[in-house]
This record gives sequence, C-alpha cells and structure tokens, in this order.
Amino acid sequence: MPKRGAKPKAKPKAEQPRLRTVGKNVDRAEGVDKLTGQARYIDDLVFPDMLHGATLRSTVPRGRILEVTRDPAFDWSGFTVVDHRDIAEGGGRNVVAMIVDDQPLLAENEVRHQAEPILLIAHADRARLAEGLKHVTIRYQPSEAVLDFERAETVLKEIGIARGDLDAGFANAEIIVEGIYRTGAQEQLYLECNGMIAVPDADGERSGMTVYGSMQCPYYVQRALEGLLGLPRERVRVVQTTTGGGFGGKEEYPSVIAGHAALLARKAKKPVKLVYDRHEDLLATTKRHPSIIRHRTGLLRDGTIVASEIDLKLDGGAYVTLSPVVLSRACIHATGPYRCPNVRVRGRVMQTHTPPAGAFRGFGAPQSQFAAEAHMDRIAEALKIDPVELRRKNLLRTGDVTATGQTLKDSVTAEEVLDRALRRHEKALRKQKAPKPGVLRGRGVSLFFHGSGFTGGGEVKLASRAGLELTKKGVRLLVGSTEIGQGTRTMHAQIVAETLAIPYAWVETADPDTRRVPDSGPTVASRTCMVVGGILARAAEKLRAELGDYDSPERFRERARVRLKSGPVKVIEEYRRPTDVVWSDETYQGDAYGAYAWGCNVAEVEIDPVTYQARCTHLTAVIDIGKAIHPILVEGQIEGGSLQGIGWALYEEVVMRDGKMQNAQLTNYIIPTTLDTPRIDVEIVENPYPGGPFGAKGVGECPIDGPAAAVVNAIFAATGRRLDEIPATPERIMKVMAGPEVMERRPAKVSVQ
Amino acid sequence: MKVSFSLNGKPRKVKVAPMKRLLDTLREECGLTGTKEGCGEGECGACTVLLDGEAVNSCLVPSCQADGAKITTVEGLASSKKLSKIQRAFLACGAAQCGICTPGMVMAACALPKRPSLDPIREGLAGNLCRCTGYMKIYDAVEEALGK
Repeated sequence: MPKRGAKPKAKPKAEQPRLRTVGKNVDRAEGVDKLTGQARYIDDLVFPDMLHGATLRSTVPRGRILEVTRDPAFDWSGFTVVDHRDIAEGGGRNVVAMIVDDQPLLAENEVRHQAEPILLIAHADRARLAEGLKHVTIRYQPSEAVLDFERAETVLKEIGIARGDLDAGFANAEIIVEGIYRTGAQEQLYLECNGMIAVPDADGERSGMTVYGSMQCPYYVQRALEGLLGLPRERVRVVQTTTGGGFGGKEEYPSVIAGHAALLARKAKKPVKLVYDRHEDLLATTKRHPSIIRHRTGLLRDGTIVASEIDLKLDGGAYVTLSPVVLSRACIHATGPYRCPNVRVRGRVMQTHTPPAGAFRGFGAPQSQFAAEAHMDRIAEALKIDPVELRRKNLLRTGDVTATGQTLKDSVTAEEVLDRALRRHEKALRKQKAPKPGVLRGRGVSLFFHGSGFTGGGEVKLASRAGLELTKKGVRLLVGSTEIGQGTRTMHAQIVAETLAIPYAWVETADPDTRRVPDSGPTVASRTCMVVGGILARAAEKLRAELGDYDSPERFRERARVRLKSGPVKVIEEYRRPTDVVWSDETYQGDAYGAYAWGCNVAEVEIDPVTYQARCTHLTAVIDIGKAIHPILVEGQIEGGSLQGIGWALYEEVVMRDGKMQNAQLTNYIIPTTLDTPRIDVEIVENPYPGGPFGAKGVGECPIDGPAAAVVNAIFAATGRRLDEIPATPERIMKVMAGPEVMERRPAKVSVQ
Repeated sequence: MKVSFSLNGKPRKVKVAPMKRLLDTLREECGLTGTKEGCGEGECGACTVLLDGEAVNSCLVPSCQADGAKITTVEGLASSKKLSKIQRAFLACGAAQCGICTPGMVMAACALPKRPSLDPIREGLAGNLCRCTGYMKIYDAVEEALGK
C-alpha cells in the first residue's frame, strides 16, 4: 500500500512480475496528430462533389403533420430533398434501430417532440441551406403535450428490485427518514458536435454505403443503417473518424445523423456531409435523464440501515432510446454502496413530449447515487450522528450482499477509499486560510461505486470479439472499441505489449472501420479496459503461445517474420463469461457486475451570502479502479469526470419551455471554465480484480457519480440548509437559505439597516 | 476582397468575402483544418489562433481584419515533425484527450507570459473550454513548458 497521501503509483506486488509497459505513462498513441492539428475530425474531411445537408425539425412538441409545402416560387434546383417516403421507397424501415423500434428516423404523420426531424435537404453550397429550410412550411394540428415527467402517465420501462422483507424491516426500525431528490438534464457537451459524411458506392444506387463520422459505436451505426437502407450488412461500411469527445452523447445518437446523411447521399448519388452546429446539437440530441427519487429509510438509533424503499422516476422523453438500460443501472446503484437486508427499488422511465434522453457517462447511476448520498446526510442529521460514521457503519465490505443479492468477493474497497479521501483532503487543506468575512464554507462527503461493463448477462449477449494480427514491426490491434479521448488505443496497446513482452512502440491499432475490425461491443459502460482489454490480453497470450516461447522482443520479431512468410497471422478471441458471475433478468437478482469501482469525494464549498453563488474550491477524489494501466490517463478520466459532476451540481441547467431547450448555446448553457474549476486532487487506489487485465476494473464513469452529492452536502454543512435539487444555482440556494433565521444572518440585510 | 497576411511565417493571399470568418478562411481557403469550431460564438476557444501575437477567437474575426496581420495557427508550431515545447509538454502531461480543444488551448497557452503562476494560467485559459481533462493536466503542461 502506498503511504498516506502518496502520489498515485503502480505498486509492485510480490507475486506479480515487474511490469514493463503497464502502469507506465507512455505517450498517447495518437497524441502527436492531435497536438499538431493533423488529426482529421469529421468536419475536416472533404470528398469530391460533396453536398452539405441540413435538417428541418418540428416546432411544436406534439401534433399531427397536416401539410408539408415547398415554396414553388423558390429555386429548388441543386437541392436534394428527402422525407420519410424515401425510406420505404428505398426498401428500408423508418426506425432508429435501438432497443425498441419506436422512433422514426423522419417523422411521418405526427411529431412527438420539439426538434424532431421531418425533412432533409442537401446542397453543394452550405450557405444556401438555411435559405432552403426557410422555404418549407409545415402545418400542424397541435395536441396537448405532456412536458412534466412527474405528471406523466405513460411508463416506457419499469424495473423492480426486491430483497428481504421490507415490511418487517420497517417494523423493526427505530426511526424512519424520508427525502425527495431531483436532478436536471445535462448535456454531454463533447466539444466536437455530432457529424457524419455518407458516401454512396460509385457503382450505382443499390450497391452500398460508407459512412464516416464522429461516434462511439461503429457497429451500432452499421446495424441502424442496414435496416434503414434495406441493405445487407456487408454493404454498409462504417468508419469512425477522430472523435472529439463522446461521454455517451455519441453512443446512440450517431445512428440518427448517419441515417440522415445516408438517405441524402443515396438520393443525391453524391457524398453528403451533415455536421451540426452547437445550437442544433444542443436542441436536438440526447441529454442525461432528469430524475425524481424518493427515499424512505428505516434505521436503528445507532445508524444501522434495516429497511430501504426507493422510488425512482426518469424523464425518458418521447422515445425509448437506451432508457431501459439507463434505468437498470440507476436502480442497481440506487442504494449506494451500502448494506441493507430489506430493500425495494421501483424504477420507472416516464414518457414525455420532449427530445429523447439518452446515454451520458454514469448512465443513471449519477442520479440515483446523488439521491442516495444526499439522503445519507439527511439521515445523519436526523440521527445526530457523524455522516462519515453513518457511512462507515453501513458500507459494503467483502462478503456483504448487495440489493440484487450479489455477494461481493473481490476488490471491495469502500472503506479504504473513504479513509484515504478524508485523510488526503484534511492534509491538503490543513493550512487553508479562513474564508473572506461573510462567506460561508462547508465540507461534504460522498461515497459511491460503479459496476464495470454491461449489467448481468449483457456481456454474454454482446459476445464481443477483438484480436491481433502480426505485422513486420510487431502486432496490430483489431478492435472495434473507439478512441474518443479516453485513451483506448494507448491503454489497449499497453496491455498487449505487456502480455507479448514487446515494446509499446511495436503495437499499432487498425482504424476503427467495420470492414477491418471485429465487433468488440460498444465503447460505453466502463467496459473498454476491463472487458475488451481482457479479450485482447487473452488474444495476446494465445499469439504468444502460438509463436512458441521466446525470451526477448527480438526473438519475437524473428519468429513473427518466419510465420508471416506462410501468410497472415491473426488471432481473434471472444468474450468469455467468468463462471462465477450469475444473473437473472427475470428476478433482477444475481451478480449485477463482475466488479465495481469504488470512489469517495470530499468537497469544499464556499457560498457568497449576498449573491448565493456556490463555488467548489477543492475536490478530493479517491477512486479504486483495480489497476491503472496508464496512471496519467486514469487521472485524466477522474479529473474530467469529476469536473463534469461539479458542472452538473452547480452550473449546468437545461432550461425548457414548451418542450424546447431555451438556452441551446454555450453563452448560457454553462460548463465549467478554468475559473470555475476547483483543485481536483486525485488518488488512485489499486485493489486488483482477478477478472480484469492486470487487475483493472472500469474507470470512465465512476468519477461522475460522486461530486454532486458531495457539493450539496457541503452546502448543507455551510448553510444548515438542505438542497435536494441540482443544479444548485444561486436561485435554488436563495430559496432554501431565505428561511427566517438565515435571513437574519444575511449581510445583505445588515447593510440595508 | 483580397486579403494578405502572413500565415505561420509565410505570405498568403486569399480572395474572400470581407466578413467571412477568419476561421473559415483558414480552414476552407488555406486548407489548415487544425483550427477547430466548437461553438461559433466565441465561448469555447477551440478556434483560437494568434493574430499579431494575441490569442483571438477566429470565429469572431472577419477576414478583412486579418489583412496585413501575422497569423499563427497550431500548424505553425512544430518544425519538421519536432513538437514545440508546449506541444511536447501537452503530450507528456496528458493535457490532450479527445484533442478537439487542443489546438485552441495550445495557442492560448502560447500567449501566456513566461513562468506564470496558477492564477494567470487559469485567467489566460478561461476562454478555452475543455470537457475531457478537468483542466488539471493542462495546468501541469503549461507549468512544465513555461516554467514554474
């Protein structure tokens, strides 16, 4: 174990051989291209004869489309126009293929949310597109829209988790604490907007389609295009271009924009580029699900949780998208990392006439753990016990059983991350100066966990494949996982280099092109290192065995060259379920995840009592991820995820009116700048998971689960007022602080006297 | 109109509409796509270039304003595949993740004073949004390149 407050480091384990590449901060594989401006993002690409596309969208939240009229006086020459009829005529189905086929790619007779795509146009001159859109008129017969999900009646998906005897638990309880928590929508705000270029094959309209673009999951896009275009899989090729951030926002939405570009390209028989500007991206694409979560918790006076009832509702928007899976993760993480023998979680996704919500880093768990962790502090207040001790009393330890009945066997680190975070935070702020006169300051804690990989049987269904091929230089990774900034290429290459005992520089990665790489499953769910990295490690072991024992990298190269003389050498491996992971989708009981990352945040927050502006001034994040394959990349994931959590907690608010985002621009949808960002102090804990490559678990999502609750708990510590809703904007803080006794303490009032 | 400027040390003449955004002139007329668009309204800084040594949002600069100016873009930093000090530090410190804010961030860092302490770094980069890194690694890189 590293010493108190030690810099995160790979700890050499006695039983582990010394690692040469894993655990080292090698240069990012595609780093030089990104730093010199040579990396090509989708908007940087130009194809001969390329047209530019644009989308006409609904301007009512719900209604029948009575008429779509193109101004006959307008010069439409040079324009390609596509509507839903082109899909059927082309032999395709008008659906965005995801979990349920309920979402049309282009609206037919009705619209179910604002900014729903209805018609597409393309023109060689991008400047003429806006003009073209202006000359199309749509008449609607509006109908009443359900915009408030708390009042919505249609349930898109319901999940229940039950364990023990809830009534008996509450009967034994000495005190019952209830709370209601709300979280708002959040935009992923990848700095590169969504965009695609569709290129029809040169030899005729029905022959095939290639789509290039910004995405997380090329094989999702391929599947969506097959059905839409009525083409066999092998005639749809999808290529990921350098992608400027995803955070879930490029998991499912790219299927929509790729479909639109492909329809235009097929009709125009020319390449079509469809790249959103920021306004359109904010208006039309998915966001984090807003939530309302009710907790009712029965406890003994000493703080032991004996019964926990949680009701969780998410706003799914108009269509199902990935909501059932988001709900699943929200429910499984709803208790937080705590023991409870008697528990019932009821989760529902409600349908509203708003743009569909979708994947965003954390995938439901940030919402449910915000509620769980804010509720822990409310319980501590009710019982008059220390919030840290309340957590310590109930936190999950090795051998404990979760709400889904999973007995935790390996890599359980809740208490260690809690202790380390408290110590580290205390030490860092020991010499902190007193706040400015009048400024309120408080400290808040949150403890959280995050399951790595797809839930339960999800990984078995995905049956992901990945592998290697020998090159003259070394090996090439054949993997469908995408690099979206998180470091996939670098981290995968390190795992393979280490396993093959060859230098990192000898490992290259094939371009993420469905024609070249196998389907490694989507690049989501904190699975790319633990699950796909594990498959690659297995492929590397197999390749190593095939080459026979070699004692040096040079010998590897010699053997590889000999083998290559008799033809290409390729090893593709498929996901194998660990035999001790058992899950039932019917009862929602079993091993929800093979492993969990564990995290603790301590937040220092200051509140200006005049403006009610809250600022996080220091955030400690201690996260156990099993093994840091590349410590700097891991720190980057933790720092970036933490800051997105702080943004969600304090600044980022999607303002909706009549079902339409009102602040669809960066001027007033505020993400943290350098000046809003506290010192984020990270410590990596490495409690290895035997099922992950070199002990690694997932890292991408865990860091965003904790900051919001830590910030809100710090606001309580500073003001004595509970804020149960985020973002904690000055308006909301004023609302809870403007109670009579707080008003008296307010300097603003003093100055009036 | 005809606009002449020095671009990464070489003279360059383009014929563009005077109000065409400098960003588009660089990307479309000069073929330098290293400069990125993130918002088109001067909020994100992804399009930052140096105009006569000063960091500007090229999405807010009309091309006519660049007439006679000295422009440096991210493509002008490295010489024959050798990264500049700032680029090298960004790579080593993990300051670039998805990379879309990186060219603008690097250009804004170029306009910082030597040996800046943390406050001037934060102020100098406050116009450049990054959604990946949480900025910590960017501070590390700037400190490493410019000296503490």
